[in-house]
Amino acid sequence: MSEEVFNRIKDLIVTKKGVEAEKINIDSSFEELGMDSLDAVELVADMEEIFNVNIPNTDLQNFKTIRQAVEGLQKAISQ
Amino acid sequence: MPDRRVVITGTGVITSIGHNTEQFWNSIIQCASGIGPYEAVDSTLVRFKNGAEVKDYNPAAYFEQKELDLMDRFAQFALIAAKEAVKQSGMDCNADNGTRTAVICGTSIGGVVSQEKTYTDLYRDNKTRVHPLSIPRTMPNSAASNISMHFGITGPVYTISTACASSNHAIGNAFWLIRSGICDRALAGGSETPFTYTFLKSWEAIRVVANDTCRPFSKNRQGMILGEGGGMLAMETLESAQARGATILAEIVGFGMSSDASHITKPDQLGAERAIRLALADGKIPFNEVDYINAHGTGTLVNDSMEIGAIKNVFGSHAGQISVSSTKSMHGHCLGGTSAIEAVVTVMATLKNILPPTANYQEPDPECDLDVVPNASRHKKIRYALSNSFAFGGLNAVIAFKKWEGS
Repeated sequence: MSEEVFNRIKDLIVTKKGVEAEKINIDSSFEELGMDSLDAVELVADMEEIFNVNIPNTDLQNFKTIRQAVEGLQKAISQ
Repeated sequence: MPDRRVVITGTGVITSIGHNTEQFWNSIIQCASGIGPYEAVDSTLVRFKNGAEVKDYNPAAYFEQKELDLMDRFAQFALIAAKEAVKQSGMDCNADNGTRTAVICGTSIGGVVSQEKTYTDLYRDNKTRVHPLSIPRTMPNSAASNISMHFGITGPVYTISTACASSNHAIGNAFWLIRSGICDRALAGGSETPFTYTFLKSWEAIRVVANDTCRPFSKNRQGMILGEGGGMLAMETLESAQARGATILAEIVGFGMSSDASHITKPDQLGAERAIRLALADGKIPFNEVDYINAHGTGTLVNDSMEIGAIKNVFGSHAGQISVSSTKSMHGHCLGGTSAIEAVVTVMATLKNILPPTANYQEPDPECDLDVVPNASRHKKIRYALSNSFAFGGLNAVIAFKKWEGS
C-alpha cells in the first residue's frame, strides 16, 4: 500500500507540477523538488480524493518530504 | 498646502463580541471571545466547526425594509458602524459639506451572502432568475455607496480590496486625503461577512483555519478562525474637531504600505518590515515611543513568527518594551473588515491606556517571545500604537496612532 501511495504521489508531481520522474524519490523534500506549501496542499487534496481520506491540518503542516506525506496518508488510509 | 493634522472623533463597530464600541471594548478588556460553533452554515459539511459570528443581530432593528432590500449583510454592518461613528463624533455629514467628505471602505469579497443566494437559486433550486437587486447587493462598493447615500456624502467614495489589509488601506488612504487637503473629513473602515457554504469550503481547502480556536503566538496554535463584522472611524482635521469642540479620541499620524512580490499566500518578513518602517517614517514617529502594536496575529504558524521577527528587526532592543497583542483571538479574522475593527481597538487602547489581551494563549513559543499580553488586559501608558495588516497576496498596510493629550 505504501508503494502504491508513493507511486500515486509521484505520478501527480510529474503530471501536475512537471517534475521529472527520476528526480523524485521517497526521501525527496518538496522544497528540493521546487514545490512550496501551496503545492503540498494541492497534492494532499488530490490524494485525499483518490483514497477517500481526510488529513488533519496539523499533520499536513509537517509534510516536508515525500516520505512524511506517504506515512501521513498511509496512517489516514489504515484508520 | 502644508500637511494637516488628522484626528479620530468617532468609532463604530459591530462584531461577535459587541454590537457597538462600548460593548465591544468591554468584551476586549475582559478577554471575552466570540469564537464558537457557527450557525449560518451546516457545520457537518465543513471540516472546521468554529467561527466568530455576530450573534442576535436583527436587521429590522437598524433599517427599514426598503433599505435592507439594497444591502447585503456586509453593507449593513458597514453602515451600522458608520452611523455609530458619526453619532459619537457629532460630525455633521450632509449634502452641504459632502463634497469635502470621503467614504473609503475595505472588503475582500463584498456581498458574498447575496452572491451565494444567486448560486443556490440557479444551481441547486433550478430557478431561471435571481433577485433583481443581486448586483447592487453583491458589488463590493455597496457598503461605501450606501454610506454615502445615507449621509449625503458626495466627495471621494470608493472601496479598497486587498484581502486582510483592505480596511487598513482604506483608513490610511482616508488619512492621506485629509492630511493633504483633498478632504476635510472621512468615514473609513470596512466589513466582511464570510459565513457562506462556498466560502467556508474554500477556506477549508487552503488549510489555514484552526479546528479549535485562534491562539496567536502560542506554540500550539493551529491557525485562524473566521469572523464577521464591521468597523468604522470618523476622522477629520484637527482644526475642524477643535472648532466644534469635538472629543478627540486619538490622532492618526502614520500610514505605511508595501508589497512582498514573493508568494501568493506565505508572508515575507521583509515586506512586513518595510510597511512598519514606512508607517513610522510617515508619522515621523520616534521608534522608541511605540508602546503597543495590534498585531495581524492570525494564529497561523507562519504569520505569527514572521510578524514577531519583523517587529524585532524594525525596533531592535526597543522591541522588548513593546506590547504586541492579537485581538483576532477574540473577534476572529474578519478578513477585509478586520483591520477596521482592530483600528477601533487600537484607538480605544490609546485613549484608555489599556493593553488589549491575546486570548486563548497557552504555551510560549520561542519564536514569539515578546510581551504578547497573554489572556488578560492591563494598564500601560501608550504614546504611539501601530496596527498591522499583512494580507494574502503579499499586501501589507500599517497604521500609526498617537495618544491625544490636547493641543
